[in-house]
Amino acid sequence: MIRKLTLTAITAMSLAFGGGAALAAGEGGHIDDYAFSFEGPFGTYDQQQLQRGLKVYTDACSACHGLRYVPLRTLADPGGPAYTEAEVRAFAAEYFEVFDEELDDYRPATPADHFPTVSGEGMGPDLSLMAKARAGFHGPYGLGINQLIKGIGGAEYITSYLLGYTGEEDEVAGQFLYENTAYSSGWVQMAPQLFEGLVEYDDGTPATEEQMAKDVAAFLMWTAEPKMMARKQAGIVAVTLLVLLTTLLYLANKKLWYPVKHGGKQARL
Amino acid sequence: MSGIPHDHYEPKGRFATWLHNRLPIVGLAYDTLMIPTPKNLNWWWIWGIVLAFTLVLQIVTGIILVMHYTPHVDLAFASVEHIMRDVNGGHMLRYIHQNGASLFFVAVYIHIFRGLYYGSYKSPREVTWIIGMLIYLAMMATGFLGYVLPWGQMSFWGATVITGLFGAIPFVGEAIQTWLLGGPAVDNASLNRFFSLHYLLPFVIVALVAVHIWAFHTTGNNNPTGVEVRRASKQEAEKDTLPFWPYFVIKDLFALALVLLVFFAIVGFMPNYLGHPDNYIEANPLSTPAHIVPEWYFLPFYAILRAFTADVWAVQLVSFVTGGIVDAKFFGVLAMFGAILVMALAPWLDTSKTRSGAYRPMFKFWFWLLAIDFMVLMWVGAQSTDEPYATISLIASAYWFAYFLVILPLLGWTEKSKTPPATIEEDFNHHYPEASGSAAE
Repeated sequence: MIRKLTLTAITAMSLAFGGGAALAAGEGGHIDDYAFSFEGPFGTYDQQQLQRGLKVYTDACSACHGLRYVPLRTLADPGGPAYTEAEVRAFAAEYFEVFDEELDDYRPATPADHFPTVSGEGMGPDLSLMAKARAGFHGPYGLGINQLIKGIGGAEYITSYLLGYTGEEDEVAGQFLYENTAYSSGWVQMAPQLFEGLVEYDDGTPATEEQMAKDVAAFLMWTAEPKMMARKQAGIVAVTLLVLLTTLLYLANKKLWYPVKHGGKQARL
Repeated sequence: MSGIPHDHYEPKGRFATWLHNRLPIVGLAYDTLMIPTPKNLNWWWIWGIVLAFTLVLQIVTGIILVMHYTPHVDLAFASVEHIMRDVNGGHMLRYIHQNGASLFFVAVYIHIFRGLYYGSYKSPREVTWIIGMLIYLAMMATGFLGYVLPWGQMSFWGATVITGLFGAIPFVGEAIQTWLLGGPAVDNASLNRFFSLHYLLPFVIVALVAVHIWAFHTTGNNNPTGVEVRRASKQEAEKDTLPFWPYFVIKDLFALALVLLVFFAIVGFMPNYLGHPDNYIEANPLSTPAHIVPEWYFLPFYAILRAFTADVWAVQLVSFVTGGIVDAKFFGVLAMFGAILVMALAPWLDTSKTRSGAYRPMFKFWFWLLAIDFMVLMWVGAQSTDEPYATISLIASAYWFAYFLVILPLLGWTEKSKTPPATIEEDFNHHYPEASGSAAE
């Protein structure tokens, strides 16, 4: 009975994952498999890393990239950078301005506002969901096992991208292009942004290029999936309860069928 | 209602009798729940309950999602992010609904293949089979429409490609496509009607499911031996069957809990695994993704759609015979729908007198080849159209048709079947030798 059940379950799972693995296969650039604290079923965000990543975003990325879907107030949410509300208020007012339609003018941002939307000539794409809109290492052999265990790998992509510059430049029709090994065509419009010591971290972590790239990638994973910690906790609760329920139903089923299968005798459970 | 003889509901007490004489609804529920069910059903028979549960799960989560979703091209993507970030429990609801579609299709594919193996489609259950196929079609339509609603890049371009299939119909295709989309391209009008239909179709599925259950409650369930329940008398029927409640309800609930265990692990720990990263980019009609791939559950039929290119001799022949009216694109569309049609016609294509595949040695081989073929089609549907994928998809598509149109009809004549047990009771007692000691109870 259990053997057949296992067979059924394996068939079901291979049906589901066979397709998924194939789908997840991307193309193009070279993505390195960086380790992040939030990978895997029990992975969590590193609060310090998110705070460092916010600093990198604010000092470097925010000049050309918005985070239109992310409310500033969520910087105080549990499972995120988890600043205090007072800190968020001060941060918002100090670093960001938003256009207020009632005032018909710009004013300092408040926690109720979202991060600014950045658009226009020469500006980059919005980064709110970038860490979910890109895939990382999908191997081995395109089977997607790495993604199954560690997640789709958008943060790996972002890190690889930021560190993927070779230093080669090219000019095509008045447009500067920079060679980047992480990108599918090999050439990107964004100039390299990170250099050693670009930001000064509050927690004293040395601001190496790789450190900053990983921190901002982790921060962008949080902006893309701010409820990840709550989701994983819900997952653990659901799985635990279902293990319990499955066990009870297994025993109930065994007891119920015992007399039928064994000529009227009662089960000894 | 004909069917297997069993005890029917007898109202007890004045109110029960009063109600029963006016509306026998309690009796209907009783007879449905106490339906005699072959006692030798194995674990492949649990997917019906999983499907019923998933349908309810999708409708309930869907109704709540609608309360926060905005079907407008400028607002849809942002409203999904609003659900994911601001709505209480919204991220769980959305991920359950999104992955619920995958659960639905995993279950329906196993359910269908179980029917194919044990000959559940054969007389007298053809109507159950046909209604099942209609449910499957409605599910595919619902799944496709739902995938468009988040208005990501894959939503938009998937919708463009799939509605483009209708454009391949000769003469009237373009007019039909425009009519379906509400304009020349996928736009706000399309999103609005897709939203409306995505809300409607699940209720059509509910009605079809009711008829599906009604049909097989009339004929009785098939079972692994394919031998019918003896129904000359109630006593005889009781040797072959057990009431659905509690025996199969508890068994099915156990299996359902196990399936949900896996499901909630996926929702909790890897909810985006079965999705596509591109759908987290808002739809942009000016930028085509490098690789347009449908959801995994469409891949086998998507592979058949793409397999028949203009250089295949069958396509050239049909094109020549029809004077060019059926070109490669339309041929592909016909092949895709034809692949489901031939499956729906299985009751009349299978000529074997033996119902269950368990007693058909040659059939078993071809059946498992079909199951592998299905997985190959699913895999190749996500690959590019270059070699060797083009040849693989062509061979795999050809086998799909060959199985239903050639192998099933011929096997009935050439194959020598083993003899199934005379009765379900005999089969059950063979598995549980102690059971014959004193017949159930």
